[in-house]
Amino acid sequence: MKKLISGWSLIKLYTILVYVWMFAPIVAVVILAFNPQQFGTFPMEGFSFKWFVKLSQNSTILDAFKNSLVLGSLTAVFATAIGVPAAMAFIRYEFKGKEFINTLLIAPIMIPEVILGVALLLFIRWLQQPKSFALLLIGHVVLTLPYVLLIVQARLVGIRREYEEAALSLGASPFQTFREITFPLLAPAIFAGMLFAFTISFDDVTATLFWATAQNQTVPVQIFSMLRTSISPEINALGAVMIVLTVSIPLAAGYVARRFARGNTP
Amino acid sequence: MKEKPWKPWLLLSPSLTAVFLLLIVPVCFVVVYSFWLRAPSGMDIPAFQFGNYAKFFADSFYPVILLNTIRVALETVFLCLVMGYIPAYFFYRTESRLKPFLMILVMLPFWISFIIRTLSWINILGDSGLINHLLLKYGLISVPLPMLYNEGAVIMGLIQYLLPFMILNIYVSLDGIDKSLTEAAKSLGCTEWQAFREITLPLSLPGVSAGCLLVFVLTCGTYLPPMILGGPGNEMIANLIFKRVVGTLDWPFGSAISAILLFLLVIIVYTYNRYMGINQIFKSLSKG
Repeated sequence: MKKLISGWSLIKLYTILVYVWMFAPIVAVVILAFNPQQFGTFPMEGFSFKWFVKLSQNSTILDAFKNSLVLGSLTAVFATAIGVPAAMAFIRYEFKGKEFINTLLIAPIMIPEVILGVALLLFIRWLQQPKSFALLLIGHVVLTLPYVLLIVQARLVGIRREYEEAALSLGASPFQTFREITFPLLAPAIFAGMLFAFTISFDDVTATLFWATAQNQTVPVQIFSMLRTSISPEINALGAVMIVLTVSIPLAAGYVARRFARGNTP
Repeated sequence: MKEKPWKPWLLLSPSLTAVFLLLIVPVCFVVVYSFWLRAPSGMDIPAFQFGNYAKFFADSFYPVILLNTIRVALETVFLCLVMGYIPAYFFYRTESRLKPFLMILVMLPFWISFIIRTLSWINILGDSGLINHLLLKYGLISVPLPMLYNEGAVIMGLIQYLLPFMILNIYVSLDGIDKSLTEAAKSLGCTEWQAFREITLPLSLPGVSAGCLLVFVLTCGTYLPPMILGGPGNEMIANLIFKRVVGTLDWPFGSAISAILLFLLVIIVYTYNRYMGINQIFKSLSKG
């Protein structure tokens, strides 16, 4: 028994070390963002918001932020608009070739982004269309769709059909049933799908490098080009902002979604 | 309620159209384009010839990059497995109240920008990064250790990106194991270790293999970590594709390299699906 306990504490220790390994670099970015030194490196010499101020005056970054927000939001809307009905088809209906179609729609997760990037760009070029914001949006929708399908399907499994049947049998019209029963039950799944699509779009670099033009640079693409010139502490500051944003938005949204779901569950 | 058979297809049609027109057709087009001839100027010339593939295999330059990519992918798979199995096992066995919180922490990196996570290693491994700073400060070394811009750094970045996928896949598999099986084995006289080796480990293999496949496939297509953390010799196949297509605008050759990468991955995924079933991976991903 003694031996067993020590084995378990080794497992615990190992897990803690893996956590430290995983989060040390991320924590370092946030800490170094406050280092006033010229070369954002260790040791810390003082504490200042100087790089954040500098960042807020950098119009290239601000433009990129705006682009990323617009692109991410539109991607979220379109990807869920086409993804949610598909997810409903998989959860609600039995039909021939269901398994195959599901795999077909989700398998693109396994295709490297570089190939998707080349493919869509090549296709657009062959159609003699210029690179544009529309290309970027279309690309991001295709990129995020499989994830939206996965997430929404996972959330929809729990929604029971009986609620709708009850409403219909009690005399509600199909539209009323959708508005009063189906939609509120779907809302958390839709929300989760949108959030996921937004995050993936906001985060994407590789495919975006192929599709973006000079006018619609996104934040990660901008960071990438900043990295190529020099590693300035401004990047750490930007990283800190991105970490705080991307971690707090889903947490807050998850909270809101739970509240929302609770308020509407019949 | 009687179902109308066309209804699911109506719901599926937007997604199917989008994936077919914007993904399947363009990817097939890449394969077609890989047989075309590069024109000195203007549009490339439609043809059916293997010149672009011959160019790839003409000397060792390109195949070496392909082999490097596969090697880095295998190393990453191995390290993710070594680093990921024990934490996944910890989640399976722990009765700590902190478990949900710890699980959220594992998934947190999914939400943090990939490029930030990648470049964050510069602060740790660089000449004036955390490790060198500490080693220099305590006099253990006199010149900074060169830890950045090599294959090791690239693999660090890759593990940072892929470890959560591995942990989740293994955990989902472990979580499906009935704990009374190990109890029964132990009551019949097995030691803890024997019970693990004979029962838990074999039953967790579907998750292990799903995690390995996912990590391998995602590593093979990786572009960013070699760009940011690697040196000139650490190029991977995706970097090559980007250079040929965006850099030198050699679309037919870029397409041929893409087709080679795609072919490699399709064979691996197909073989896996044949023996293990691809849905295991999707099951774990949807927990993310």
